Amino acid sequence: MPALADALLTSATAGPLVHQSLIDFNIAGLGRNFWGLTVEGLTYGAIYALVAVGYTLVYGVLRLINFAHSEVFMLGMFGQYATLMLLGFSPSGNAYDKGILLTVLYLGIAMLGGMAVAGGAAVGLERVAYRPLRRRNAPSLVFLITAIGMSFVLQEFVHFVLPRLTGGTLGGVNAQQPIRLVQPEVQFSIFGAPVTNVTLVIIGSALVLAVAVDLFVNRSPFGRGIRAVAQDPVTATLMGVSRERVIMLTFLIGGILAGAAALLYTLRVPNGIIYSGGFVLGIKAFSAAVLGGIGNLRGALLGGLLLGVMENYGQVVFGTEWRDVVAFVLLIVVLMFRPTGILGESLGRARA
Amino acid sequence: MSTTTPATPPSLPPAGRTATKDRPHGGVGDRFRLWWDALARPTQWLVGVPFLLFMAAVPLLNIPVLTTQGTDFGGVMAQFGMIALIAIGLNVVVGQAGLLDLGYVGFYAIGAYTVAILTSPDSPWNQTGDGMWLSREWAWLAALPVAVAITAISGLILGSPTLRLRGDYLAIVTLGFGEIVRLLADNLDELTGGGQGLRGVAYPRAGVTEDLPSGVFSAGNASGAVNSGVWWYWVSLVFIVVTLLFVGNLERSRVGRAWVAIREDEDAAEIMGVPTFRFKLWAFIIGASIGGAAGALYAGQVQFVIPTNFNIINSVLFLCAVVLGGQGNKLGVILGAFIVVYVPNFFLGRQTLFGIPIDGDEIASYKYLFFGIALVVLMIFRPQGIIPARQKLLTYGRELYVAARRSAARAAGRAPGRTEAAATTSGKESS
Amino acid sequence: MSTHDPGGIGAGSEHGDEHLAASGRADSEAADHYLPGADVDEPALIDVEEVRPELADPQLVDALVAPDRAVHARMGEPLLQMQGVTVRFGGLVALDDVTFDIRRGEILGLIGPNGAGKTTAFNAMTGVYRPTSGTVMFDGASLGKAKRFSITQRGIARTFQNIRLFNEMTALENVVVGTDARHRTSVPGALFRTSRHRREERDAIDRAMALLEFVGVGGRATEKARNLSYGDQRRLEIARALATEPKLLCLDEPAAGFNPAEKESLMGLIRHIRDDGYTVLLIEHDMRLVRGVTDRIVVLEFGRVIAEGTPDEVTNDPKVIAAYLGVPDAPESEETTDAPA
Repeated sequence: MPALADALLTSATAGPLVHQSLIDFNIAGLGRNFWGLTVEGLTYGAIYALVAVGYTLVYGVLRLINFAHSEVFMLGMFGQYATLMLLGFSPSGNAYDKGILLTVLYLGIAMLGGMAVAGGAAVGLERVAYRPLRRRNAPSLVFLITAIGMSFVLQEFVHFVLPRLTGGTLGGVNAQQPIRLVQPEVQFSIFGAPVTNVTLVIIGSALVLAVAVDLFVNRSPFGRGIRAVAQDPVTATLMGVSRERVIMLTFLIGGILAGAAALLYTLRVPNGIIYSGGFVLGIKAFSAAVLGGIGNLRGALLGGLLLGVMENYGQVVFGTEWRDVVAFVLLIVVLMFRPTGILGESLGRARA
Repeated sequence: MSTTTPATPPSLPPAGRTATKDRPHGGVGDRFRLWWDALARPTQWLVGVPFLLFMAAVPLLNIPVLTTQGTDFGGVMAQFGMIALIAIGLNVVVGQAGLLDLGYVGFYAIGAYTVAILTSPDSPWNQTGDGMWLSREWAWLAALPVAVAITAISGLILGSPTLRLRGDYLAIVTLGFGEIVRLLADNLDELTGGGQGLRGVAYPRAGVTEDLPSGVFSAGNASGAVNSGVWWYWVSLVFIVVTLLFVGNLERSRVGRAWVAIREDEDAAEIMGVPTFRFKLWAFIIGASIGGAAGALYAGQVQFVIPTNFNIINSVLFLCAVVLGGQGNKLGVILGAFIVVYVPNFFLGRQTLFGIPIDGDEIASYKYLFFGIALVVLMIFRPQGIIPARQKLLTYGRELYVAARRSAARAAGRAPGRTEAAATTSGKESS
Repeated sequence: MSTHDPGGIGAGSEHGDEHLAASGRADSEAADHYLPGADVDEPALIDVEEVRPELADPQLVDALVAPDRAVHARMGEPLLQMQGVTVRFGGLVALDDVTFDIRRGEILGLIGPNGAGKTTAFNAMTGVYRPTSGTVMFDGASLGKAKRFSITQRGIARTFQNIRLFNEMTALENVVVGTDARHRTSVPGALFRTSRHRREERDAIDRAMALLEFVGVGGRATEKARNLSYGDQRRLEIARALATEPKLLCLDEPAAGFNPAEKESLMGLIRHIRDDGYTVLLIEHDMRLVRGVTDRIVVLEFGRVIAEGTPDEVTNDPKVIAAYLGVPDAPESEETTDAPA
């Protein structure tokens, strides 16, 4: 704390802060760059939000933290990458220039590829790992251990097995060489904050997807089934809702959104396609889900955006290397002081 | 009253197939313990001490297939000793209290880094060397209790806010904690050396001879049958025995019962007068300090700590050791630790197995994949682990269990076909 | 409040709220599916008199079961007082200004149709719910904000409507957990096996065996709780509750699912418990059982006390008759317990 006070004092008098301590506090940087950081944070936040939906829906329906969801996202990254390769693109240092229409088309196809892989992986995961446990009515500790086990199985699959299956083109120890379709270019600025085309694509697509999934869950008959099971599985089953189908659908939606998020993420972080690339993002997305109120769809979206923004402020204040720590500490703080999240746990019932 | 005919519960399980596996005293571990409990004290000593001596001698005996080829067997056994200690500690938290701690590697790291920071010449807080409090000879031993104390405190700090959370939230918070500890080690460059790590960690100077100027525990003692790995294995055996005694004492007391009650039904436990939060915190603290001791062992053995060794994937490896052996079963988790450490090393550098050519290195590199699969498969088909055993939760009352066993054996003698239990002496009387 | 969800992922969470009791019960049954064992093994009955010959003496058993029976001489004084207790869930008033006493040394029956607030009252007494207004006085002091475990330590013990034993523990260990509520040793004592720890452990087993004999499951002391028959499980719950040395024992529908013979023997057991000096609160649907065993009865309907008095007074009270006749054959039939939520 004295370090913080110190930092505040120095920053007031002497512009950029050079402070000899283990962690630097750069409050001035935050003030100077506030809007730029916000836009950047919203970009990441949109991605967290999409992944968070997967956690929140599954939690709402099954009361399970699906640890392996981060790996579903990771597989989505590989899925869209493989789709791009099938479309004839190959990794190179420079971005392709196909014109707006074709680029959007190719990105759309790649996103579908990512969605297909991630959605399939999520449903497969449910089938292989969780369904047998549900049959046996296993206690929740068993579910959690299975989830963490599956998470590592999928990671190690991409780490070791996938390169064998694809002759070394996919997976392995190193990140994939990026395929760039879009060169980030500043389009316009808000309050002095530059907004790139990548940012626009990410936030725009995320918005469309968020509205779509919200409509689906809140308006469609399938969505009603999901909400019914989340509220009261026993009664929902008695009322003729097929719990198994709802569960499958839940995993599918979560997977599809994770696949879409995977494409958006690789637009922003082209070097992020690696077997371990989903893990930390997954924890953050889960934090986002908790932040918004787990089980609550809109909460997940809101939580994602908030987490992205706060994490971005935090990394400027404390230094880039503390970015992940900021997110984890935020998770712990949220759980401590408002475990039901900002919007409350509405999809499922509130627990006593 | 329906005391003699056990009534079926209102709703039967879908299939009775799991029922036979789960008989009151049906598990391998249970049968072993009943046998063990029925032995007289002197007989227990007569069996136990030679077994322990045999375990200590394993790295020296050079047993044909068992001894690893690609790596030094002594080193493998040292690693096993350490992981076994960790498994015992994690078992207190996961197996006994039922709290899923996925950040256990964090405690291990804190233990290792405490010793390193206090004794490495690279560290700003180095306490060894000229004019400092600690002599190089005793530094490791002196830093050990500090490491244990600091990990215990970190367990308290992590546990006191988080143990009030729902069980599943605890898992993800601890996961975050493990990652934070690693990130701290990586980023607090001035203190921890960052990615460079800390070199020259102290180790006990014992057995100094002409050939071994820095003693038997030094990494320099690399050749010969009794190398530093074997010495460290013996040290960890001592740690294991002491820890088992203490953990056993806890298990057979109010504390162990409270843990199991919490695991079984936390609300009911609270209503039966168990201060659940306090005992969960104790489980966390005790587990953490055991993890810290293992970390201190590790730092002394490799004399070098670096953040990548405390990756979160290690938490899963530790969890795998506990789950493989059987949650809640102290001896089982030691077996689990052995499997987790030994099996990859067994394949390392092996070109043939029983005459069949294999690529051992390749197989060994898949270890996390296999252990992940093992976790999932076990959870689905055998959540109780390889050697399931019910915990013993009472200090006294052994005669009651022996009496129950006797009458079960008598009953088995009457019912033909129940041969397993009838193998005991009293089977003859009634048949 | 509830930190863990015993129903597990497969079953959803359970509710303490009586209005959701229907699905709560279904959940707990679903959770039972996981228990892999109907007992297929030979019953390992212990010959208790062989191992613990002293327990053949019923007077000694009684002395062990109720060690301070002489202390409870002040019969008839109020032990627990509900004073204007109101419990609201959102807009729903589950208990409305409920006032009644439980007197030392009596068996008080708490009855009422489904949804009348019996379980809520019970939960308010045992600290599961905090009253929205009003106080619960126990043994001269308000329960106020006492933690649930400390309420047990102050002398209220309970059983559960849906049996909640520690299934993986043996019957004996379950009861010893109850005795632990009175134990002083904690981690340090157990770690180093202090003399007090050893004394407590030994005494705990003696008392637990006596309690098991007392409720009639001594022979199955070393059996896992989940392998006991349904009736034995209910009895074991009573033994576990008594092990905490309560001043007040609360039984939540202890006869649910019992046949008439079992009910008869349960009534005997409850009377015996009272005669040993305990005060008993009994929540029960079965009017015959309540009438047969209680000293006084409090009747709840729609969260209010509508009648209070001796069994004869209450059963002849027109309001009570109306309340019960409003729900055809409610007291007997198990099906109707699943009232529409």
